[in-house]
Amino acid sequence: MTALLETLGLRKGFGAVVAANDISITVERGQRLGLIGNNGAGKTTFVNIVTGHLRPDAGRVLLDGENITGLAPRQVRRNGVSRSFQIPQLFTSLTLEQNLLMALGILRAEGMSSWRPARSTAMMAELDSLLDRFRLRHYRDQTIAVLPGGVRKLADIAMAVTHRPKLLLLDEPTSGVAVEEKFPLMDVIMHAIEGSESTVLFVEHDMEIVGRYADRVVAFYEGRIIADGLPDAVLGNAEVQRYVTGVTL
Amino acid sequence: MAGIVGTLAAALIAFAVLAVLGYLLPNWLILVTTLAFAKGLVALGIVALMRGGLVSFGQGTFYCTGAYAAGLAMHSLGVADAAVLVALGAVAALILGLLIAPLLAGYRGIFFATLTLALSMIVYGILNKTYSLGGSDGFNLHAPTFFGYHPSTPHDVSYALFLFTSFVTATAAALCRIHFASVRGLLSLAARDNEIRLEYLGASVRWVSGTNFAIAAFLAGIGGALSALSLGHIDPDFAFWTTSGEFVFLAILSGYVSVTAVFVAAILLELVRSFSSQYFPNTWQGALGIFLLLIILFLPEGLGSLMRRPWPGNWPRSGPRSAKAVQMPTESVE
Repeated sequence: MTALLETLGLRKGFGAVVAANDISITVERGQRLGLIGNNGAGKTTFVNIVTGHLRPDAGRVLLDGENITGLAPRQVRRNGVSRSFQIPQLFTSLTLEQNLLMALGILRAEGMSSWRPARSTAMMAELDSLLDRFRLRHYRDQTIAVLPGGVRKLADIAMAVTHRPKLLLLDEPTSGVAVEEKFPLMDVIMHAIEGSESTVLFVEHDMEIVGRYADRVVAFYEGRIIADGLPDAVLGNAEVQRYVTGVTL
Repeated sequence: MAGIVGTLAAALIAFAVLAVLGYLLPNWLILVTTLAFAKGLVALGIVALMRGGLVSFGQGTFYCTGAYAAGLAMHSLGVADAAVLVALGAVAALILGLLIAPLLAGYRGIFFATLTLALSMIVYGILNKTYSLGGSDGFNLHAPTFFGYHPSTPHDVSYALFLFTSFVTATAAALCRIHFASVRGLLSLAARDNEIRLEYLGASVRWVSGTNFAIAAFLAGIGGALSALSLGHIDPDFAFWTTSGEFVFLAILSGYVSVTAVFVAAILLELVRSFSSQYFPNTWQGALGIFLLLIILFLPEGLGSLMRRPWPGNWPRSGPRSAKAVQMPTESVE
C-alpha cells in the first residue's frame, strides 16, 4: 500500500543556513505525527515545503504516490493537503461565519455555481455542523479581529478541515494559548477531526501535548532528523533530550 | 435562491418607481439622473475592485472605450438602437479589460492604481492625436432609437433614454448585488484581507483580481456608452485622469457597503455639481472637495454605511466602523 505522504531527500537553504537537510519521511494513513525541535530546527520549513509555500532546492514530495513538489499552495490544497498556521491566518475584518462560509464555499465554487448565494441551505447546515464540532457557535457573528487568540486558533484549524483533507498539517496549534487551555484546546481539535480519516501532522513545542496526542514523533535539529519513532522512544532518546527537550523524562 | 429572486424583484420595483418618477420630473433632472446612473455604473465597477482591495485610477480607459465603440458603431455601421450600441460598448470594454487583466492582476496598492492611470493617459494621448476620430474635439452622436421606437421630441428622447438607462442600471445593480452575496463575491473580501489564507483555501488571488477587473471594465463600458448617448458627444476627455478621478471620488462617496448607495451618491454628486457650478461658478470644485471631506470625516465607509444591512457577502456586522486600521490583539491573549 502506498504511503500517504513521502518526502525524499528534501533540501532547503537560506543563504548559509540549511533549514532542511536531506529530509526523508514516510507518513502512513491515519497517523498522528508530532514534529518537535527547537526554534530554527526546520519544522516549519518542512511544513512550508509540503504545502507549497516553499520550493525545495532538492528532493521530492509525493502525496499518494503523486509528485506535488513545487505546486502552488492552492494546487496542493486541491490535492487534499490543508494546513493551519502558527499565527492564525484569517480574514480579520469578516465575521467567523463569513470566514467559514468562505472556506466551505471555495472548493465547490466551480463555474456558474460560484455565483450561488454563500448562505445556501446546504452551506448553512455544514456551517452549523462545523461550528458545533469546534465549539465555536457562540462566536459565530463576531468579527475575527475581536476574537481571543485561542478562538482564532480554533477558527484557523476549522477553516483548514472544511473539506476533509487527506493530510492536515497543524503548525503549533497551542502556541500563544494559556497553559491551562492547551489540553482543552487539543481535545476540541482532536475530537473535531475524529472520524474524518485525515492524517494529522502537527508541530509542537509542548512535550506533554506531543506525548498525549501523537502516535509517532519526529525530532528535528539543525535542519535534519535526529530521531523518528514512537513517542516514548523519541522523547527518551538521549540526543533528543540533549538538543530538543533539554530534560530527562 | 430566495435571495436572488428577492433582489431581482427589488430591481424590477425600483425600475417601475423610476419610470413613474421620470414621467413626473422636469427634463433637466431627467438628464442629470441619466448621466448620474451612467457614471454610477462605472463607480460600481470600482466598488467591485475596492471589495478586493484594489482601486483603479484609470477607469476612464474603459469608459472611453465604451463611448467610442458606441459612437463608431453609430457612425460607421449605421447602428441606431440604444440597446445594441450599449451592448457593443460594453463588449468592447470587456475585451480590452480581459486583455489587460492578466497584466495587472499581479499588482496591488499604489502600483495597480498608477498602472491603470498610466494606461488611461496613453489612451487619452492616442485619441487626442487620432484625427479620424475627431482628435481633441471628438465627434457628435445623434439621438438613438429604442427597440424600433423613434422619439420625436427632445423630451421624448430624454425620457426614453432615462427609461432605458434606469432599466440597465437596475439590472446591473441587481446582478452585482447577487455577485457580491455569492461565494465568488466573498472571495473578493477575502483577497482584500488575507491573500495567503485565500491561496491556502484553494483560490487564486490573481483570478479574483482579474475577474473583478473584467467586471469593472464591462460596467465602465456600459456607463461610457450611456454617457455618450446622453451627452450626444464624445471626446478624449472621457479617458482623461480627472474623469477617472471623478469615478474614484464617487466610489469613496458611496462606500462599498451598499450597491444602492452608489447610485444615490451619483445623483447627489451630480446635483451638488449642478447647483454649485450655478451658484459658485468659480469655486464649485472647492465645494465638491468640502463635500467629500465631510463624508470622509463623518461617514468613513461612505453613504452606504447608512444603509448597512446584515446580508451575506456584505460587510461585517460587528466589524470596524471607521477607516482606521484594525488593531490585532497580541498572540498571548488569554
